[in-house]
Amino acid sequence: MRRTTVFGLLAVCGLAAGCLGQPQEGDQARNAGAKEITLTIVANAAAGGKNARGANWLQNWVIPKFTELQKAKGVTATIRFEQNGAGDEDYKTKVALDLKTGGGGDIIEIDGIWLGEFAQAGQIKPLNDVVGDTDWDGWNQIPRAVQGLGEFDGKRYGVPMGTDGRVLFFNKKLFAQAGLPADWQPRSWQDVLDAGARLKALPGVTPLQLNAGTAMGEATTMQGVLPALAGTGRPIYENGKWQGDSPGLKDVLGLYRRIYDGGLGDPVLQQEAKGRDRSFQLFSQNRIGVLLEGDYFWRSVVEPRNGVAKMADRDTAVGWALVPAERPGSGVGGQDFVSMSGGGVRVINPNTRYPRQAWEFLQFLNSAEAVRESLAGTAQLTQRQDVNDQVLKGDPMLTFVAEKVLPITRYRPGLADYPKVSAALQQATADVVAGRSPDDAARAYREALVKAVGEGNVG
Amino acid sequence: MDSSGLGVRRAVAFVAPALVLVGVFLVFPALWTLYIGITDYQLTGPAAAHPRVVGLDNVVNAVRDPLFTNSVWLTALFVLGSAVVGQNALGFALAWLLRTVRPGLRRTVEGLVLLAWILPGTVVAYLWFAVLSRDTGTLGVLLGSPQTAWLVQYPMTSLVVFNVWRGTAFSMLLYTSALAAVPPSQLETARLMGASAWQTVRDVVFPHIRGHVLTNTLLISLWTANDFTPFLLTAGGPNHRSEVLPVLIYRQALESGQLGYASAMSLLLLVGNLAIALVYLRLLRRRA
Repeated sequence: MRRTTVFGLLAVCGLAAGCLGQPQEGDQARNAGAKEITLTIVANAAAGGKNARGANWLQNWVIPKFTELQKAKGVTATIRFEQNGAGDEDYKTKVALDLKTGGGGDIIEIDGIWLGEFAQAGQIKPLNDVVGDTDWDGWNQIPRAVQGLGEFDGKRYGVPMGTDGRVLFFNKKLFAQAGLPADWQPRSWQDVLDAGARLKALPGVTPLQLNAGTAMGEATTMQGVLPALAGTGRPIYENGKWQGDSPGLKDVLGLYRRIYDGGLGDPVLQQEAKGRDRSFQLFSQNRIGVLLEGDYFWRSVVEPRNGVAKMADRDTAVGWALVPAERPGSGVGGQDFVSMSGGGVRVINPNTRYPRQAWEFLQFLNSAEAVRESLAGTAQLTQRQDVNDQVLKGDPMLTFVAEKVLPITRYRPGLADYPKVSAALQQATADVVAGRSPDDAARAYREALVKAVGEGNVG
Repeated sequence: MDSSGLGVRRAVAFVAPALVLVGVFLVFPALWTLYIGITDYQLTGPAAAHPRVVGLDNVVNAVRDPLFTNSVWLTALFVLGSAVVGQNALGFALAWLLRTVRPGLRRTVEGLVLLAWILPGTVVAYLWFAVLSRDTGTLGVLLGSPQTAWLVQYPMTSLVVFNVWRGTAFSMLLYTSALAAVPPSQLETARLMGASAWQTVRDVVFPHIRGHVLTNTLLISLWTANDFTPFLLTAGGPNHRSEVLPVLIYRQALESGQLGYASAMSLLLLVGNLAIALVYLRLLRRRA
């Protein structure tokens, strides 16, 4: 009898513990005076792996420095860094599952585009609700457009980590061989296709790489469909409606067909499981002529010292040009050239045990000194104007992005439905690359879109 | 009845820990999956905060979803090609041929076949990736066509060949022990009567191992239908052409975040597996 009772009790306790996992939340000043704190920062970065520079910075500079600062105030701080080295979608899944179960780190780095979904799911909360007072002199240094990356529904959720811009990168050596100018700047899609036709004459060279298909995931949308769509005049989301099988979308799919059916691009590459990485390798081996990418490509891919597809002669061999609209003046807002931008955001977990300290840590992570240090001597479009003014001077490409691209760029709509729309767009390009007609693919896209967001939200 | 002399209470106390474990880690998750299968539960977004019960909508949508029907067809192809035909035939052939060879050779071959079975899935997937990839893939180099991207151009064929290679060991082992049960005198008689190899297998060997064949086919069919390794090789691509059900369910649940919808699909996979199992069991019973 006694044993049965004990086992029964154990079982009940075990089951109940599973339901009691939700930590406390609510009081923004909880534990504000604690003398011993533990904070965990989660990032998709790993020492010696993905985003190694960011990982080294957190590990070797941020953590010792912040611990020291706290010590001076008489607080024993233990800062943990949870490393990840996964694909973006997998990382997102992990963070979502962490937050869903009431766990996860105190400060979490996420892609700005996930903000809306997490916010709508209640997995993250407005910064004011989590930590209370968010006065900070740093806000003045972050441009309005960049701050928008950390906002949803007019509320601020986190602090952005910088931004980027998209351009056409081209190989000047191949251009010289094909008799194209080193200061190439196409003014329409036709100009790009014409250059592709000239590059096609070179043996072993794929003229154009415009990301397509589902295997590349968001890279297809961000470096393919959306910049092209922006060049037809209307963004993907406008006045509360998602763009359906509009003439603009059909034009975009038509562009894909002209590239991949016309021998200007490599259709197989788009379908390979590691196609995007391979396109980087091929570009660095002088086997791709033109490639649409973010400035990430310049900083981290073909970068001569630490890039994943190093080009020793990057500074002389790689050129860049603005992404042209379909025709001059046909872009969004009547623009001749277009771009898309994104960026990461650091948010504070609503379940943190130390909200005030987490906010203090977040300010420290975004201080001018910390941001400058994070660059480790390289250049990047950081969130802070004062840092950008100093570090971008030495880099012509990033100066170009800051001066010419950011003024004309657009951001993706940070809504929970966006990933589904993005997936439908990727599928449409996959269909075209696989040989379906643009009209068929557009019709299938519309059906998928209606299913994803509802008839009433498709314009 | 109480052969151990424990008494009911003590007996219950002894099995309780096991029952609790089964309950917490098997029964509860299974029921939970059934429950979220009737909701529009999602990983993120508004439906993550406030899921609604949608009844059988998920199941109805799945059956109408071209991705799902495509996936069912591919799974059937995968099971038939790689398990029912491939692993069965190759496993039996190996067991049959290895009976008569020198023990040294037999152990070497068995060892190699077993190696394919016991290596971790990720390691094996990486090796096959190296063999089948474009440009520098071993197979392309051997065949003199380095431009062939096998996993992209022939995704299902690649998966079937891969899974035959991967899983044959089990069938081989099972048939080796089954063949040992065939009386040598009957084989000898068949030989003296002038029966061909095929006639011997069909009329002498098969009646003895019929039960083994059915058991083996049942097991490898179920394993193959639930196998997730294809994800490591092709991730369901290109363009859903190798998206077998476990891969589709994973992608719907974790990549698209549609937990409810994916749970409904898992339920359908379970029902399919049960149906297959029932057919086999009926066949087995008829034999008895």
